[in-house]
Order: sequence, then structure tokens, then C-alpha cells
Amino acid sequence: MAVAVHREEIPRLLARGAQLVEVLPVAEYEEEHLPDAINVPLATLGPETIPELDRSRPVIVYCWDAL
Amino acid sequence: MSPRAACRLEALGFSAVYDYTAGKIDWLAAGLPTEGPAASTLRPGALARTEIPTCTLDDTVATARQRVAASGEDRCVVVSGEHIVLGVLDRDALAGDGHAIAAEAMRAGPATVRANEDLSALLERMHRRNVMEILVTDPDGRLLGLLHRDDADVVMTRPHGAPATAPD
Repeated sequence: MAVAVHREEIPRLLARGAQLVEVLPVAEYEEEHLPDAINVPLATLGPETIPELDRSRPVIVYCWDAL
Repeated sequence: MSPRAACRLEALGFSAVYDYTAGKIDWLAAGLPTEGPAASTLRPGALARTEIPTCTLDDTVATARQRVAASGEDRCVVVSGEHIVLGVLDRDALAGDGHAIAAEAMRAGPATVRANEDLSALLERMHRRNVMEILVTDPDGRLLGLLHRDDADVVMTRPHGAPATAPD
């Protein structure tokens, strides 16, 4: 079960090597995203779209809001 | 959407998955840096003055008055230990009994806006209601700064392409 994190915990996780992933569509990511986030849209998330992610490191996912 | 992505990643073998459930809107509302073309959009958080006088509930009006005098502002923001906005000591309150504590003299629950609010719409509301300044807070209510309408008006009327820097 993924752990919910508050905004203030993100820098600490990134300092520990976490990977930040925006799962919104490409256009929304390209318009504006969190620093150093990569884009893997939810609609395409699968074994073939995550080779650049390291399974040994934490991953933080985010979208637009909590809804 | 992000909970589903987190589930999917766990199913794909990721063991340490975190879900920033509040998402990009929360990050923007806190005035934190972003990347991409829209990152240069003028927003209240970028234009707000951050060096503004503050005091706590237990500080005296006299203490707040000294801080305001040294700042160039005309009000003191009353905050908690976590810097959450609780109230404001305005000119009238600051001119009152210096021995009173902020908790007694403040105007509680001042209006606030988030750092990412649409600046044009906010300015239109401020003009319509004759509001000269408004507090900017993050989604947790923590003070980020004070937006002066005049500062924003100057930036919004600047010729296109001119540098847009936050006021001192």
C-alpha cells in the first residue's frame, strides 16, 4: 500500500534518491510540472513505459489534485 | 488518479511507493518552484512581499508596533508557532493600548489567497472592493507574504516582454 505524503516530505524523499513521477497526460506535464519530475501518464503506465524508473529507489507519484 | 498509479507501480514490483495525493495544485498553491512554460506565469505568490512584520498571540501591541515601524508596512500579521495566519493588527489596533496582547487586539480570520490564484481575477476583485493588500498563504494556512495591489498593478501594466521581478 502506497504511503500518502505531504508536500513538505517531498524534498526529504528526493534527497534520499526518490524518483518523482507525474501521471497526468503529456500536455499537462509539458505545460508545468514539479522540478525534475518525469512523466508517465497513467493511461500508459505499464512494464514498457517504466524502464527509466529504478525499482530499488522510492517513487513518488502525483497528479493534479486529490480528486 | 495518483492512487491508481501508485497501485500499478506496486504491482509492477516497486516496493517504496509514495503518493503525493494533494498533487500539483497543492504544490502551486504553496508557491513552490515548477518547470515548464507556465512556470513563468505571474502569480500572487511571486509578487507578494515576504519581509512583513509578524507577531504571536502573546506579543504585545507595543512589540508589534515596533516591528511595523521598522518594516515600512502598516500592519502586523499575527501567526502561530507554525506561521499559520491567525489575525492582523491594523493601523487602528496598532494605535491602541500598547500593553494589550495581540490575541485581544487583532482582527481574527483575515482574508487570504493562495499563491497560484489567477492574478488578473484577483486584482479585479481587489479593485472592485477597494482592497489594497491581501495576505498570501499556502494551503495549510501558513503565511507566504503580503500582496500589495499597487505592486501587482505595476507588473500587470508593464509592457509585454519587460522583466517581471518581485518587489523588494
